[in-house]
Amino acid sequence: MLVIWSFIIYKAIMCVAVFAVSLAIAAYSTWWERKFAGWLQDRYGPKRAGPFGLFQPLADGGKLFFKEEIIPNVSNKFLFILGPSLVMITALMTGAVIPWGRPLHLNNGDIFALQITDLNIGFLYLLGVVSVGVYGIMIGGWASNNKYALLGAIRASSQMISYEVAMGLAVIALVISSGGSLSLTDIYESQGDGGLANVCWQPLGFIIFFVCALAETNRAPFDLPECEAELVGGYHTEYSSMKLGLFLFAEYINMFISSAIMAGVYFGGYNMPEWFENLYRSHVSLDTFAIIGMACYVTKIFIFISVFMWIRWTIPRFRYDQLMNLGWKILIPLSLLNLALTVGVEFLRGNITI
Amino acid sequence: MQLTNRRKVVSDKKQTVMEQLYLPGLLKGMLITGSHLFKKRATVDYPDEKRPIAPIYRGLHVLKRDDNGAERCTSCGMCAVACPAEAITMESGERKKGEEHLYREEKYAKIYEINMLRCIFCGLCEEACPKEAIFLTDRLVDAEYERDDFIYGKDKLVEKMDQRIDVTKRQTPEVLEFKKIKGLKHNELHDPKKLKDKH
Repeated sequence: MLVIWSFIIYKAIMCVAVFAVSLAIAAYSTWWERKFAGWLQDRYGPKRAGPFGLFQPLADGGKLFFKEEIIPNVSNKFLFILGPSLVMITALMTGAVIPWGRPLHLNNGDIFALQITDLNIGFLYLLGVVSVGVYGIMIGGWASNNKYALLGAIRASSQMISYEVAMGLAVIALVISSGGSLSLTDIYESQGDGGLANVCWQPLGFIIFFVCALAETNRAPFDLPECEAELVGGYHTEYSSMKLGLFLFAEYINMFISSAIMAGVYFGGYNMPEWFENLYRSHVSLDTFAIIGMACYVTKIFIFISVFMWIRWTIPRFRYDQLMNLGWKILIPLSLLNLALTVGVEFLRGNITI
Repeated sequence: MQLTNRRKVVSDKKQTVMEQLYLPGLLKGMLITGSHLFKKRATVDYPDEKRPIAPIYRGLHVLKRDDNGAERCTSCGMCAVACPAEAITMESGERKKGEEHLYREEKYAKIYEINMLRCIFCGLCEEACPKEAIFLTDRLVDAEYERDDFIYGKDKLVEKMDQRIDVTKRQTPEVLEFKKIKGLKHNELHDPKKLKDKH
């Protein structure tokens, strides 16, 4: 009985922690995005609110809460509210299967896993939850009863559905080359203890996954759904106040989660190259080692988030037909090729048999 | 006429393989934007850091007092006449006995208002003033929420004795010389013949 209770408490702590950390990182991603964009453009970025503008996200959040909340008369009220909620919920749900570090060993002998749940179909769960996020955007855009919002929603859904195919194929190749398990813990562990990071086996798959992740998160250069030059604001044209905030926030959470996935499944997550780990492994306790690993993971995630932003502030967005051509005519054949190559290589290595 | 050396003739040529790959182009672009991380910012961080302004910058006006603290303005109205934007209005008053320490001349401005929305900061009021009473300074007009707040009265224009405003930069020897000669125009100051005529 006690075991079950401690299990529930540990998981509850982990849930709250992941929830809070996702929100905090999303909030501070907005700050970092503006700061980084400022530096890239020879500006300062936010710097008046608190030291280095660090209170800017709080000010922005406060502002969004106090703004007038408009629900258009002609909209479908239930769906109008459901849209942003769904986007936010799915964005937060994705963090559940990601292992944030090696398990910690508590004083009373218990093991505290730094992961909410280790699903054996973790990657499928991720892809599934991400696809539900499309519904949020679609429902929100449709319920607004505004042609620009509808067009934005259509663009978003077609884009996300198209790129999910290539992403799924890249994931299949990844899973084959990393030992055949869909559990994220297994994929992470396969890269530790002298194993190479998956990006060495899957360079093409990584590029495909990266491009698809940009498209899935609606980030530049794939931010056509909110293309303000053509569509006013895209699917969130009619949204105001914190409902708009939820859409924008969910984008940053998605960015954080997809960075976490890429840093994890392709770059080893909390694992570091063996020579690097050997520098300190024998000098520290097991828990400290786990925490250092977690810090490495966070650093990798941070680098990925920065690259996302770097790309956003470098290149202009694609045209709609270019987007579809890239998705269907280039990425999907490429990912099929990558899959075939992976199967061939793994067959020659003797990891899979007919 | 060639206006820029960066002009490119638009052509409809097919993309090369490198261009079609897109990723090399993307990396090149990212290097360009990335190099800006190490460049000097163009921003002047305004309230903390101010852009240098010319020594004879024409900003917010000041109504000077003399060294005893009496207002120099005698409400002659020359500035209002000179003002091309008709921004200045005033109402005269007569100095009472015992007010000698407040007003230098027997007649003074009871009300003196400049509408800062109309003012074009040309400095003609300063040039017209026979009493060296009004000067333009290097201060700026503050932002306000109401249009009415831009009509500056004596409370904002007259200098405080404990915070005197330095206008020596606008009283260079040339300017002082210029002011001595009645009816001289700006461009005639360096013309010896005209200068002689006016004397």
